[in-house]
This record gives sequence, C-alpha cells and structure tokens, in this order.
Amino acid sequence: MSDHILKRFDEDLEKLNATINEMGGLTESQFAKALDAVRERDTALAEQVIATDARVDELDAQVQQQTVQLLALRQPMANDLRVVLSSIKIAAALERIADYAKNTAKRGIVLTGGSPPPSAVAGIDRLGRLVRNALKDVLDAFADDNVEKAHDVWQRDEEIDQVYTGLFRELLTYMMEDPRTITACTHLLFMAKNIERAGDHITNIAELVSFRQTGKTFAEARPKGSGALYTTGAT
Amino acid sequence: MDTATQTAPATNPMVRHAAIGTEGLPEKVTIRNLEFFYGESRALKGITLSLYANKTTAFIGPSGCGKSTLLRILNRMYDLYPGQRATGDVMFDGDNLLAPGVDINLLRARIGMVFQKPTPFPMSIYENVAFGIRLYEKLPRAEMDARVEQSLRRAALWDEVKDKLGASGLSLSGGQQQRLCIARTVAVKPEVILFDEPCSALDPISTAKIEELIDEMKKDYTIVIVTHNMQQAARVSDFTAFMYLGELIEFDATANLFTTPKDKRTQAYITGRFG
Repeated sequence: MSDHILKRFDEDLEKLNATINEMGGLTESQFAKALDAVRERDTALAEQVIATDARVDELDAQVQQQTVQLLALRQPMANDLRVVLSSIKIAAALERIADYAKNTAKRGIVLTGGSPPPSAVAGIDRLGRLVRNALKDVLDAFADDNVEKAHDVWQRDEEIDQVYTGLFRELLTYMMEDPRTITACTHLLFMAKNIERAGDHITNIAELVSFRQTGKTFAEARPKGSGALYTTGAT
Repeated sequence: MDTATQTAPATNPMVRHAAIGTEGLPEKVTIRNLEFFYGESRALKGITLSLYANKTTAFIGPSGCGKSTLLRILNRMYDLYPGQRATGDVMFDGDNLLAPGVDINLLRARIGMVFQKPTPFPMSIYENVAFGIRLYEKLPRAEMDARVEQSLRRAALWDEVKDKLGASGLSLSGGQQQRLCIARTVAVKPEVILFDEPCSALDPISTAKIEELIDEMKKDYTIVIVTHNMQQAARVSDFTAFMYLGELIEFDATANLFTTPKDKRTQAYITGRFG
C-alpha cells in the first residue's frame, strides 16, 4: 500500500502500530515471566510481573487516545478505518491477556506456600507454553499483516481448549483423591482458566488481523473444544 | 490484497458493479456503454451504470476523471458546446435521451440541475422560482403562489423568506441562494435532480442544511451528486460510483464502497493515497 498524500497521516498510523507492537512485546514477556514464576516458584519474578502490569494498562490508554485522535483528525476510510478500529480491540485483548498473566503470577505466589501436585504444575506449564506460542505467532502475524499465519493461530485454539479440559479433569481427580490438595488445586484451576481465556483473546486478535486486511473475519465457526467440561459432573 | 479484481476492461458492463443491494430496485436512468468526446479526445470510456429511482447516487474521483462530464450528459448540457458528442445509450424511463429529436427544454425540466455556484437570477425571490414555471405552464395567480410556496418549502427556505418574497434573490446568503436555486429546480417538477458540487462554495452549516435537504428530497426525486468531498458522498448517497481517467472503476452501495472497496485504485483514492 502506497503512502498517504498527507504524510502526518502515515506517521500517526505508524505511531499507533508502534504502540501496539510495544504493548504486544510487553504482554508476551509478562506472560512468559508469569509461567516461569509459577514453574520455578520464583516470588520475586511474580512480583515483578504484577508491578509491570501498570505499564501495559498505560499503553492500552495510549492506543485509545491515539485512536480517538486519528478518527477525529484524519477521518480514516476503508482499510485505514479498519486498522484504526481493530487497533482499539487488539489493545483491549492484549490488556486482558496481560491481566491474566498478572493473576497467574499472583496465584503463583500463593502456591509457593503449599505443595501443589508436581504433575499438575507441569500441566499448567504445558498449557501455558501452547498459549505463549500462539501469542508470539499472532503478534508476528499482526506485525507482518499475515492473514494465513493468523488463521493458523486461530485454528490452534481447539488444541488449547482440549489441553485445558484434560487439565481440569486431572485437577478434579487430585482433589477427590486427597482433599488436602483442594486449596492448591483450586489455585491451579483458576490459573488454567486464566491461561485458557488468554487463548480466547489470542483467537480474537487473529480474527482482527484478518479483518484489518480483508474486512472479514474467518468464516467458519470458531473452534470450541471445551464443551465436554460441563458434563464431567464428579460422582 | 486481491490483485485479480483491479484490472478489468472498462467496456465490460459487469465491471465492479454492486454485488448486493440493487436487486429489485427500479432503474430511473440506465447508462450503457457511454463514450464522450471533446473534439478528438475521449473523456468517457464505456460507462455502464444504473441510477436507481428515489436513491442518491454520488460520482466521485479526482479532477478530470469525467464525473462532471457524465453529469452534464444526463441533461444534454454538452449540446451548448460545439465539437462535443456522446455515443452509447442513456435510457431515461425507456427512451434514449441521447437520440436526436429529444426536446431538450423538456428534458432539462424533467432532469434539473443545481450548480456549484449559486446562480439566482437578478430578480425577486418569488420571480426566481416562478420564472421557470412560466416557461412550461400558464398558471392562475393563486396556483402560482401555491407552487412557489411549495417549491420554497421543499427547498427548506420558506420560513426564512416568506416575509420578503419581493426582495432580490441576490440579497440572500450563499447557502440561502443555493436553496433558492434548488427551489427553482423543483418548481418545474423534475424527476431527476443533478447536483454539481452544490456545497463547494458554502460554509459547513449551510452545507449540512443542503445535505439534509438532499436526504429528504430523495423521497420525491432521483438524485445524482458530483462532489469532491468524499465525506459528503459518504454522508448523502446510497450508491457511489468511483471514476478515474474517464472510466467507471467501481460502483457499489456507499456503505460497501467506503468500508471495503474492491479495487485498489478506489481504495487508494478514498484513503487519501492517490497520485
């Protein structure tokens, strides 16, 4: 796509993209650090994640402000309009993902005081790695305007949901076998849910990468793998 | 971006026409394979386009793209100049208005035009509106009064001028003068109204009034507007035709054309990347 006749319009759009890229990079690092903190039982790292979340919120506010300014001053049309509108939504998704990372880190701190089942902690790490890779790939797809790559990420949400469902069942089993693990397993359950939700927001970002480029989101029904969750009623 | 959609031959009547939203709409004017020449130079190339009844269609495009030329063909304005000719068909309610023998005066009453600069006649407000009516009809005084009032009301000017109908049309503000010209146009009961950059000489408030008026007028008329102001095209029209270098590049429902244009040239133009 060639440049705008009005150069400041291009500068504004570049600035908006740069803010989102910075936000994406920071969210990715927050997410990775939260998982490290849980795996290594590293309280200091967890606290660092919690403190850094404010910076993500700040960047989200910047995206909103830049977006409002672009709409008011540049009156973007067609693909420019889609870029601007999707930017607010992508920033909101990243802000949520960073929140989930923060919550995971918080629960990680609580867990260091107990003795969670090691295989369940490993399960969290496995789920976390899947989501982390999806986040990295969707941010690459965003940076390169690569709709195909975004579609690939979008399809991977099904696998994330399946791993989450498996982990959920595993945690239920631990709690039934040994009620002393209930506190730790409940924290792990919430962590798993947070990580799975981060995956859903990544799927949304993948859709928005497509919308920016084509004006359309992915046509098929969104993959859903966790339906079985609601029928696992323990007896 | 889809590269296959950007280079279709201009003469293909299916070129980039609205995929949705036109089914079942009555066509007021149907333009088929229209070519226009200023002497030797071809200003319009194989234009095929429908103007739908009681809808507003906007022609947009950079200077020299042919949009005003196309508008001026619709009421045979080009007949005023030697060396200009049009080929192809412009069907207006079933008759080809390019055909020889068409009554030009009657045509211009049925297809009225409002110009870029307000052009009131140097006479009273009342006479500005009554003047055109007298060319076509002989009305008793009371009926003429009623027609003048109705026309001024339709142009949303009545309340502002009803107490000074005898004042000169030139004493009005620019925006009022333009609405007086609209009243003059509607007074002869046209079916189609052509607007050629109707707001380019007006301030934003007068512009908003004209735009609101255009929106109301489409109940009674088929409207075509040429504008350099893309936001204006987006605000007032139901369909938009993007023209470039004498070709119709893309025609679609306005909501589609301004959000997801199919042709790269349309996209470049409406996003301010042209040239």
